[in-house]
Amino acid sequence: MSADMSLSAWIDGVGLLAPGLPDWAHGQAVLAGREAHVPAPSVLPAPLVLPPNERRRASRVVRVALASGLAALEQAGVDPSGVAAVFAASTADGHNCHALCETLASSDQRVSPTRFHNSLHNTPAGYWSIATGAMAASQSLAAYDASFAAGLLEALVQIHATAAPCVLIAYDAEYPEPIASLRPIPDAAGIGLALSPQAGPRSVARLDIRLGDGPASMLDTPSLEALRTTIPALRGLPLLQALASGQGGELVVEYLAPLSLHVSLTPC
Amino acid sequence: MTPLHLAHHTVSCCAGDGLAALRAALRNGTSGLRPHRIEGLGIDTWIGEVPGLDDAALPASMAGFDCRNNRLARRGLAADGFEDAIRSRIARHGARRVGIVLGTSTSGILSTELAYRQRPPEDGPLPAGLNYPGSHSTYSLADFVRSWLAIEGPACVVSTACSSSAKAYAAAARLIHAGLIDAALVGGVDSLCFTTLHGFASLELTSPEPCRPYDAARSGISIGEAAAFGLLERASDSLDADALLLLGYGESSDAYHMSSPHPEGLGARLAMEGALALAGLSPADIDYINLHGTATHNNDAAEGCAVAGLFGNRVAASSTKGITGHTLGAAGALEISVSAVALTDGLVPGSVHTRSPDPGIPIDYVLTSRNAPLRHVMSNSFGFGGSNCSVIIGRAG
Repeated sequence: MSADMSLSAWIDGVGLLAPGLPDWAHGQAVLAGREAHVPAPSVLPAPLVLPPNERRRASRVVRVALASGLAALEQAGVDPSGVAAVFAASTADGHNCHALCETLASSDQRVSPTRFHNSLHNTPAGYWSIATGAMAASQSLAAYDASFAAGLLEALVQIHATAAPCVLIAYDAEYPEPIASLRPIPDAAGIGLALSPQAGPRSVARLDIRLGDGPASMLDTPSLEALRTTIPALRGLPLLQALASGQGGELVVEYLAPLSLHVSLTPC
Repeated sequence: MTPLHLAHHTVSCCAGDGLAALRAALRNGTSGLRPHRIEGLGIDTWIGEVPGLDDAALPASMAGFDCRNNRLARRGLAADGFEDAIRSRIARHGARRVGIVLGTSTSGILSTELAYRQRPPEDGPLPAGLNYPGSHSTYSLADFVRSWLAIEGPACVVSTACSSSAKAYAAAARLIHAGLIDAALVGGVDSLCFTTLHGFASLELTSPEPCRPYDAARSGISIGEAAAFGLLERASDSLDADALLLLGYGESSDAYHMSSPHPEGLGARLAMEGALALAGLSPADIDYINLHGTATHNNDAAEGCAVAGLFGNRVAASSTKGITGHTLGAAGALEISVSAVALTDGLVPGSVHTRSPDPGIPIDYVLTSRNAPLRHVMSNSFGFGGSNCSVIIGRAG
């Protein structure tokens, strides 16, 4: 097989939650240029799918991941309990990490069991399966600033392997200080994509990806471009912009140098 | 699925560096676990420590990646000529056609834990020199390996707690089958840190004695550390009978609880059934199961229930964590290597430290290593968050 071979899937639903982009309907209007982007902190809904005590304790990464994924599947009309999920994030819950490191540096190093299980990179995936009842395969991966592209690649490779639908949930959230100075992520954001191996009644576009090189596509609006470059999950915004325009097209998503991910989007 | 060739593999863990050390420990039943000597830890437990990492700083060109986890990765890559095997594939296929999929749970978090101890009180900054992307970042492990070996293909870290590096094998196999790469550097590295020592202690899952998997009197895990690597590629038509093949994998989610397995091992069973289906095998085809067998009460009861339900007591099974400790995100790859040694040597490994198998778990639990011809071996890895993965490897002939 040649190096420029491509992988394909159909996008049946989109979830978006980002600063000034509270959901896909608004995000679509902003990304298509019909409305101005008004930067505002991300508002993360309480995950109603979790039992009440878990709902209250749900961290920002859990909230943004669940909201992004569920919105995508709702638009696709797909029951989350039967779908494989790919979670892509550059890191786990930053606030929990900070609290854990503070405790471990204190005279009494004992940590709470909840702090410990919330320190895992796959905590959102665990809560997702508990909330939805999904027993299918669930992946949690990381590739630093290339996490969105790594997740999209894994989702399409899974669809190639299984010929079954898959939901990609790319999300990230901020660290508090002092780690924030080393890893400045300004806010929480997530992108959910409900992906299917064949076209269906809800399909909005066909997606083809291949590995290539060259610089990533940028966004013209400075405030949106700032989101793309500062929140790893939002490296996927150019794909969403092509989707929002309704015209599709070719774009490049940042991946691991020297590679980049070339995306071709064809509206249905 | 079309089988893939596990052309090389290696392990560095508390039992030693390289397959010869692992092989000897498996055959002789020697354990690398020792009482911990970590000052001020306040936990009575045994650990599987890889010696010498404190004095094994990375070369200056890789200083940004220097942390315990990446030092352990470098140690592992150097064993058994593994690096040379990878370099030969880079030369053959090109750097962009070699991919990296590695599992870890805590990456280089130890560096950040120690940095917090040096931080001035009342919200001071972290000391200069802490490199977030090079150590703390979940991806740091794959980033280091990709830089160290000048690999340019697709890469990621799988981080699903204790199933991470088993799932890395599955993800790497998919990348090859999709035609994106010709060879995959796959495996896992996890290293000792305070997060996991105190975290598992908070759940009362660390044992005050060397772990005793599947023992009626088991009392928890012994945390270990390891680097375990494999080289996966397409199988040629002319493989020796001794060649090792990745035959199938199965992945599932418990959808039950963040830190306890489903009590009947429902998710574990789905993963094992998935691996058998992908390999085109039936339970009767499996000759040995390397169990997850952490030696916690709940894990062994749940896994044992699932294994008994699917295999009855007809298949030899054991956990080798009494030798290596539970190496968390590295456990899957480490135990795929254990399974590979079992296949190569015709050895059913025993369960070191287990004295009296739990009579409530009706499986053929093996206490003492014995010789037996093996064709197909299953390796189980299950993690917090209800993440399960089962992998089947076999001999080509």
